[in-house]
Amino acid sequence: MQSLIWLAIAIPLASAAFLLLAGKRADAWGHWVGVVASSAAFLVGAGALLEMLGQDAANRATTVTLWEFIPGSDLSVSAGLLLDPLSITFVMLITFVGTLIHLYSVAYMEHDVARRRFFAYLNLFIAAMLLLVLADSYLLLFFGWEGVGLASYLLIGFWNFKDEYATAANKAFVVNRIGDIGLIIAMGMIFAAFGSLDFATVFAQAPEASTATLTGIGLALLLAACGKSAQFPLQSWLGDAMAGPTPVSALIHAATMVTAGVYLIVRSAPIYNGAPDAQLVVAVVGAITLLLGAFIGMAKDDIKKALAASTMSQIGYMMLAAGLGPIGYAFAIFHLVTHGFFKAGMFLGAGSVMHAMNDTVNMRRFGALRGVMVITWVTFGLGWLAILGVPPFSGYWSKDKIIEAAFVGEGWQPWVLGGAALVGAGMTAFYMSRLFFMTFHGKARWEDDMHPHESSALMTVPMMILAVGSAFLGLFLATGDKFTHFLEPVTGHAEHHDPVISIPVIIGLTLALVAVGTVLAWMRYGRADVPVEAPAGSLGTITARNDFFQDSVNRAVFQRPGQHLTRTLVYADATIVDGAVNKQARGWARLGEASRKLQTGQARSYAATMLVGVIVIALIIVVGGL
Amino acid sequence: MNFVTPEIAWAPLTPILIVLGTAAVAILIEAFIKSPATRRTVQLTVTIGALLVALGFVIVQWVGLDGSAGDVVMTGKITVDAQSLAWQAMLLVFGILGALLFAARTSDGEDAFTPLGSVPPGSTKERLARRAGLKVTEVFPLLLFAVGGMMLFTCITDLIFLFVALELFSLPLYIMVALARRRRLLSQEAALKYFLLGAFSSAIYLFGAALVYGATTQIDLESIGIAIDFIPNRDGMLLAGAVMVVAGLMFKIGAAPFHSWVPDVYQGAPTPVTAFMGAATKAAATAALVRVMYLAFYPLEWELSWMFWAVAITSMIIGTLAALVQTDIKRMLAYSAVAHAGFILVAFAGLTPEALVALPFYLLTYGLATIGAFAIITQVRERAEDGGIGAEAVRLGQWAGLGKRSPFLAGAMALFLLSFAGIPLTAGFIGKFEVFSAAIAGGAWPLVLVAVIASMVAAFFYVRLIVLMFFTDAPEGADEAIAVETETLTRVVIGITAAAIVILGILPSGVLNIFESAAHLLVSAG
Repeated sequence: MQSLIWLAIAIPLASAAFLLLAGKRADAWGHWVGVVASSAAFLVGAGALLEMLGQDAANRATTVTLWEFIPGSDLSVSAGLLLDPLSITFVMLITFVGTLIHLYSVAYMEHDVARRRFFAYLNLFIAAMLLLVLADSYLLLFFGWEGVGLASYLLIGFWNFKDEYATAANKAFVVNRIGDIGLIIAMGMIFAAFGSLDFATVFAQAPEASTATLTGIGLALLLAACGKSAQFPLQSWLGDAMAGPTPVSALIHAATMVTAGVYLIVRSAPIYNGAPDAQLVVAVVGAITLLLGAFIGMAKDDIKKALAASTMSQIGYMMLAAGLGPIGYAFAIFHLVTHGFFKAGMFLGAGSVMHAMNDTVNMRRFGALRGVMVITWVTFGLGWLAILGVPPFSGYWSKDKIIEAAFVGEGWQPWVLGGAALVGAGMTAFYMSRLFFMTFHGKARWEDDMHPHESSALMTVPMMILAVGSAFLGLFLATGDKFTHFLEPVTGHAEHHDPVISIPVIIGLTLALVAVGTVLAWMRYGRADVPVEAPAGSLGTITARNDFFQDSVNRAVFQRPGQHLTRTLVYADATIVDGAVNKQARGWARLGEASRKLQTGQARSYAATMLVGVIVIALIIVVGGL
Repeated sequence: MNFVTPEIAWAPLTPILIVLGTAAVAILIEAFIKSPATRRTVQLTVTIGALLVALGFVIVQWVGLDGSAGDVVMTGKITVDAQSLAWQAMLLVFGILGALLFAARTSDGEDAFTPLGSVPPGSTKERLARRAGLKVTEVFPLLLFAVGGMMLFTCITDLIFLFVALELFSLPLYIMVALARRRRLLSQEAALKYFLLGAFSSAIYLFGAALVYGATTQIDLESIGIAIDFIPNRDGMLLAGAVMVVAGLMFKIGAAPFHSWVPDVYQGAPTPVTAFMGAATKAAATAALVRVMYLAFYPLEWELSWMFWAVAITSMIIGTLAALVQTDIKRMLAYSAVAHAGFILVAFAGLTPEALVALPFYLLTYGLATIGAFAIITQVRERAEDGGIGAEAVRLGQWAGLGKRSPFLAGAMALFLLSFAGIPLTAGFIGKFEVFSAAIAGGAWPLVLVAVIASMVAAFFYVRLIVLMFFTDAPEGADEAIAVETETLTRVVIGITAAAIVILGILPSGVLNIFESAAHLLVSAG
């Protein structure tokens, strides 16, 4: 099955192409093709995983060479897939959660006229994301990277008849391009330093490279990761990306694509291991983002935007872990997997709520939905407990490890990083509980003629399955450190280090902060009445509501000067460059007209041309050769 | 003087004999089957069948080579080696695609060929001619003769035999060019010009062959090559002869200044014929030029490189510039063909072994895209006055907005144009890459520089058509004025060629490997 792993990419890709080309004929059943394609990818991945589990831990990396672009030339570009514990983890996450979300979307998008196109894009996303994680070189990874960017753009702007949504899609695309430039620069530096873009070649040579080179590459890769994973300072697009249909937010903007940055950094571990400064920057960026996201999440009234802020914050945790080096890599991926389950589950829950509430997203207009949407309430509740880090639910096992690892080290670092992670846990508890209570508890603050009802089975079943994952996956994978051992061939074995505070104290502090956050949220949003109109709020609330004025900052610092620059350039282009081009183009055209005159249409002049040609050439060669 | 009966090993010629034999039989079919409809079906079946069987034999021979260089059929005259088998297979594929296009009919049941050259299309006289059972199904045997001649052309190692094969495939082409049903006067004029200029170039070739014989007293290519080495001062007679022989072959490739026929003939010929000859003639002539240069004139490489450089640059410049100002799609593609002739000649710089891989690959990609592009042109039609299907809509403006009306045709056309332009992920890119690499290996980087600039300028007129198809709205009433055909055989051809262009662009290694093992010319002379 491992050698057939390319099918996992090819099937959804073919299905996407088919759905796009099939036209209206396939409207009635096209979405099922999408579901089947995604499931097939899952089965291929599962087969590969089973086969891998049967192998020795040391031999679990398999390279599948697909083809060489132009063999035997200097432009040797080969395309191959790398199947190892890290990539198979992603394959399983992407295809499993992806398939559930496909199923959910069948019902969620039922009344959308363009449902077939929606599934085509979803399939395209699955294919591109699998290519991203299965690629055996940065170059091929880049194809997947751009592919998921494209799919994300198409899906955010899926309802692009609303200008606002189209703008959101553009924003996501533009911000991502900044990150992509980072990846391109990184690839250039890697190629310059190692002469190759293959992971195998690059990582084998990485230990010998200079620290400066590795730091440069590491920072460029971090820029790429920040763009894709909505990390500070490129986080501004994720909130707006919620314009996409909710299943898209669940799959792309919570569970999978936004975690690609974490994957990139963990995959590039051999580079970061030789660049401590770059690692530190990664960890700091993660810490900043986790606090920033949590802060924004505390003030948002839009359920999806609050979840988006939470996603940003949780990925901050993963980044922080990835920046800690070998002791953190496995935990970063562990948290990524559990997060994929509980956050996707909660997004689907939010979708279910919106479905019931005529697409309202304002939580101030929710409340008391527990009674009418029991399944949504329970499944969402399990996700909520998981993200809070309440034992024994999934999030506890992964997040707590990250907090512990953040406290390992010397000097100021453990205190700052660990402190951030710890405070973040308390904030997470507050904003998630706020969201949960505002939506499901308290008094009903529904708008008139709302008749909320539970969603159909096609939607609730995926939610239930994800809820089971939110509840038990962490416990299952953490028992006996199964998952970290599984990843060890890729992430490397980390010696155990003691944190600066003892572990029981860290756990105790974390749980205490979580409890405080939850209780505060209950008092303000569960027990007390929630005003339907948002109160004016303190400076902090306003700041958070406005995403730290990031848009304004971007506008003032980048957009305005950028516009001036482009205007100047456009002017210069129009007058100088275009002027030159047009003039010489006119010159070419005039020459073309002249050559037309030679084509008189008369055979005799054609023959004369030939004769003159032969004579001239012969004269040059014969006379020149004598 | 006593003549020795030549010994001929017939077996390696089987594919060629099948094609030419079937052509002869197909002429008889014309005589014996009265009903035009039956005749068309029978001819098409027989033609495709013969070409497929021949292709099968070529493959069997290829497998049978098993690493050996090939067979000498007739010492000093005909050699069937791996290189020629590769070319033969390519020509057979072009032949099959061409035959499918020949058989295509518009939705009102008319094919591209006139039943009677003197009657206008849709006239009463034409209807009378039809009723009398007139229908030019001879195009199929003519195609077979042309393909057979071209296949022979790729394995001949003798200047005089080469001339015979040249005429063998040229004469059917002259006739086919004259057979257009729509715009038939243009077609007949084009055929006559093609014939006159072809005859003229044949004369140049023959004169050159005579001069070469005079200088070397040899007529087969290998002996000429050996003899040239013994000529102390490269004398004028030899050089003039070589120039003229090469010029004769360059005429068939369509390189400037021997290109004047190309625009008129490409435009005038029935479009299926243009598709076939645009692909196949260039391939066959290139194959022969390879043999002549690598076997006979390689000692003159330095002297003749002037000619190759001059002709390549002239072709690229004239082809590109003239294509810029064309308003007729067929003419634009014709000039593009001239520019491509220049690119082909670029590969001859330095006579490197790499060129033996690059040239077949380039001609394959170019041929497939040419057949596909001209096949698409047959599908975009003007409405006739009586509301039926009229002539092809070849004015650029008539293609505006085609992307909306027929995404399949416009998409495929865009693909072929991008391939012509050499954009990555299309076959054309790999072809150009290989050709330019060969030239760089031969030390001709200035030539490659010119070629790259020419490609850049050329991209303009390819992309202009793409912009026109996809980003320009169709003018008012275009839906009524332009009919878009959906003929099955043509669609099959377009589909096959488009798929091949994509596959060769992304996974070229398989085919490149085949040409790699075909990159040896068998040297036989003792």
